[in-house]
Amino acid sequence: MKHRLQFAGKKLIRMALLLLGVSLAAFLLVNASPLDPLQTNVGQAALGSMSQEQIENLKAYWGTDTPPVQRYLSWLGGILQGDMGTSLLYRQPVAQVIGQRLASSFWLMAFAWVLSGILGLLLGMAAGMNRGKWPDKLIRGYCLTISSTPVFWLALLLLIIFSVWLGIFPIGLSVPIGMESGSITFADRIQHAVLPALTLSITGVANIALHTREKMIDILDSDYILFARARGESNRSILWRHCLRNVALPAITLQFASISEIIGGSVLVEQVFSYPGLGQAAVTAGLGSDLPLLLGITVVTAAMVFGGNLAADLLYGAVDPKIRKGASRK
Amino acid sequence: MNPILEVEHLSISFTQYQTGMRQRELQVVHDLSLTIEAGSIVAVVGSSGSGKSLLAHGILGILPYNAHMAGMIRYQGKPLDPQLAGHLRGTEIVLVPQGVAYLDPLMKIGAQIRKGKKDKTALTRCRNVLNRYGLGPETENLYPFELSGGMARRVLISTAAVESPKLIVADEPTPGLDAAAAKRILTHFRELADDGAGVLLITHDLELALSVADRVTVIYAGETIENAAVTDFNNGKIYHPYTKALWNALPQNGFVPISGTQPYPGEIVSGCLFAPRCPDRTKDCQEKNIPYSPVGAGYVRCLNAKKGGIV
Repeated sequence: MKHRLQFAGKKLIRMALLLLGVSLAAFLLVNASPLDPLQTNVGQAALGSMSQEQIENLKAYWGTDTPPVQRYLSWLGGILQGDMGTSLLYRQPVAQVIGQRLASSFWLMAFAWVLSGILGLLLGMAAGMNRGKWPDKLIRGYCLTISSTPVFWLALLLLIIFSVWLGIFPIGLSVPIGMESGSITFADRIQHAVLPALTLSITGVANIALHTREKMIDILDSDYILFARARGESNRSILWRHCLRNVALPAITLQFASISEIIGGSVLVEQVFSYPGLGQAAVTAGLGSDLPLLLGITVVTAAMVFGGNLAADLLYGAVDPKIRKGASRK
Repeated sequence: MNPILEVEHLSISFTQYQTGMRQRELQVVHDLSLTIEAGSIVAVVGSSGSGKSLLAHGILGILPYNAHMAGMIRYQGKPLDPQLAGHLRGTEIVLVPQGVAYLDPLMKIGAQIRKGKKDKTALTRCRNVLNRYGLGPETENLYPFELSGGMARRVLISTAAVESPKLIVADEPTPGLDAAAAKRILTHFRELADDGAGVLLITHDLELALSVADRVTVIYAGETIENAAVTDFNNGKIYHPYTKALWNALPQNGFVPISGTQPYPGEIVSGCLFAPRCPDRTKDCQEKNIPYSPVGAGYVRCLNAKKGGIV
């Protein structure tokens, strides 16, 4: 028990430091950005027709007249009291904007995450088992091609094929245009999420499959598989009883580590599909110098990635007998 | 006596890719012959790289896909082809491997001994076999990393003994154990042999082999070079210069080393493979093919032994 508490305590401190560092880095980057928030958001022409007083008011609104240190510290002070501030572009509390965006992104990312995990594991195992033969070459070729393909380009390609040429899926947004929000069905939402989720899955698969393949080859070359064969176990028994069990451990780590890639990919994919999710909000906030929103999104996504890695650590302890038994003995 | 296993002129080679797409056949095992009677232990002694483990894998039919095996292996008089080997391995023909690395690191011992079977007979058999080797029922719930070296060895023997096998191939079952523990493990093989099984004991430790086996077969660079009864060693009835060198290298027999090393697979050596290191080599040794011929009650691959001139 003491060990668990110590572990949790250490992780929490680490997470606090990480989030502090990430928010500071994001703040410095926005600060160093050459974009003038007034020009970008108000426009050159409108700015010219305004009185000096109005411009001063706008400067105060965007916070350009406050010294950077003071801005960061006041944001940090708010966060510590649970106040993420108000989005300058959406004119809503940041927490509310993130909440809405996350809700629409969540299913997209969750679907892509699960699908790429399962597919990646299966493809990786299949490739490892058929090392050097055509299924391996095919899967490896696919993975290497996909790994070297930019996500946004793949998104555009799918958009052209399925939405423009075939017309199976809508070309963007998360709900049909011009419909009352009350009459939107779940099927509508699914139909709009399929292409973005698929894009994310296709790219996510490659990394997991290639790693799983390597691990699978190590396992098949191991002494315990040789011994299992010597004991007359069938290939099926070897696959299900030994390979799956041993490949599952690294797969868990990979799966949770891939959360960061899914989030990173969603920024680009949502942009291409005009999908109003967290990723798109991040781009809008960045380009519009909406500092509270950008910092909020950065901190929330960093916490999600950290949470994923933490979950992997905890699951590892539950699954791997060496860690489980080693920890309980302390 | 009825031989349970006969190996005749076994050779094993590997297909290797060299630079580019050129293939070559790398012959590792040249000419192995031996016979194991039911109820006896035959020790196969040789240094690393002599082909001992390949012999074991060849008998079990678990050589890697790029390996080719030629020669004849007979099990109870029938040719041991891949089908028969696949049918018998794990039941009548069992392997006792070197160490704990041969157990699945993530599976409990009990499940591994039972090969996943959960019925009552399997459970009782597992309990009984663990008990036979002085391991309590709690061992079933341990993972391989929780076993000590000696326990791991007994668990590995349990995986074999649980099957009531007729041929046991033990591939270096004692490394890393002190002399007393190693002796104890070897007595377990003696018991299995006394129960009627044939045991092929692969080791590099001549002294241990002599302490438990009935006959000893010596391998050098992928060839069987001598087969002799254990008593022949003490009576000075060993003929091959390499066997004598092994015997003289034992601490109690003078601790005498010889110079040189075993040739690597693929090195072209004509005639006797041991000739470069042999004190008694003649011109014929380096040119002629040396047959594995009967001398006394055993076999020797040496031209000088054939003449009967050396003892």
